[in-house]
Amino acid sequence: MEKTMKLEIFRYRPDQEDQPRFQTYEVPFREDWVVLDAINYIKDEIDGTLSYRWSCRMGVCGSCGMMVNGIPKLTCATFLKDYYPDKIRVEPLTGFPVQRDLVIVMDDFIHKLREIKPWIIRREGEEKPIEGGEYLQTPAELEQYKQYSMCINCMLCYAACPVYALDNTFVGPAAIALAQRYNMDSRDQGRDQRQEIIASHEGIWECTFVGECSVVCPKAVDPAGAIQRSKVSSTIDWYKEVLIPWGGKKR
Amino acid sequence: MGGKEEMKPYRRPVPNTWWLERRSYFLFIVRELASVFVAAYSVFLLLVIYKLGQGPEAYEGMIELLRSPALIVFHLVVLAFAVYHSITWFNLTPKILVLFVGEVRVPPLLIAGAHYFAWLVLSALVAWVILRA
Ligand code: SF4
Ligand code: FES
Repeated sequence: MEKTMKLEIFRYRPDQEDQPRFQTYEVPFREDWVVLDAINYIKDEIDGTLSYRWSCRMGVCGSCGMMVNGIPKLTCATFLKDYYPDKIRVEPLTGFPVQRDLVIVMDDFIHKLREIKPWIIRREGEEKPIEGGEYLQTPAELEQYKQYSMCINCMLCYAACPVYALDNTFVGPAAIALAQRYNMDSRDQGRDQRQEIIASHEGIWECTFVGECSVVCPKAVDPAGAIQRSKVSSTIDWYKEVLIPWGGKKR
Repeated sequence: MGGKEEMKPYRRPVPNTWWLERRSYFLFIVRELASVFVAAYSVFLLLVIYKLGQGPEAYEGMIELLRSPALIVFHLVVLAFAVYHSITWFNLTPKILVLFVGEVRVPPLLIAGAHYFAWLVLSALVAWVILRA
């Protein structure tokens, strides 16, 4: 007899019901299937009304993030065999409003990403003309921020963060790690501009260092580490401004 | 396209027991809670110093009180939480302190280790001062 597995899936169809509910599907069990394969099977063979996001199937696009048994996971990198023969419960990422079924509303995240100005900023008059060529960087300088540039915007870290779930104004792990990525880039001069948001009440100081964001991150970005390091440099800024009369001057 | 008016996003409530849902959340809450005990002990210590300022008799009374089982239990509980608080934070220090010597990153173990070492030295110093008498 063919082995099967049960998936309990969060359903929310705003045009038909006000409350979400769970629907259980039985799918074939295959050694090499990931949770996303099982969900695709449901969509193709059992119930075409199920909505969810996915694209690359190889842990690159960051769109297939869901809660698998309560833990945020990339469903294209989460194998059925690690759960077999138990039932798997699949829900949309926590902390975000649900649009429909497993699809979350990510406007807030996109807005926050943009807010921290994730691009290289040069001071007035220090921008090179195109003919001047690129800004050079040594491998050691690249090493300083490389880890933070690996983020695929999958939002698993937001779904793992109880602070964000309780208070959506928090800028959150990935956006702060991204700000840190540019702040630590030797070619960038825009830290002061980003500090307005990063050092604000909704920024780094909202973080209580639960650390779960770094645990669930599929790309080892370590956003928790980025936030704490950012706290250290903001604190140093503050001391410089308060204790040294000329220290607060913008270089 | 449907337009935003037609969407009714569903917001899932966060239960008050969210911190019981995952082991790591629970350990985090214990770490935070531990600071309350550490603070309580500081207040207690201030009280002892205050009594000391009121003269030998008041201080003697305080010492007598310190021998009561309830206060011994209080000290043990505070000690347990203080140790937990220190250990969890020391283990997190490598994430906070990223140091480079030239181009080489100081290994995380060394950073945490330095904290434990300083803790040991200071504790030994305190023990020496107290036990010397
Ligand atoms: S920091 Fe990690 S978990 Fe967060 S969005 Fe980026 S890749 Fe995903
Ligand atoms: S489908 Fe692209 S990361 Fe999973």
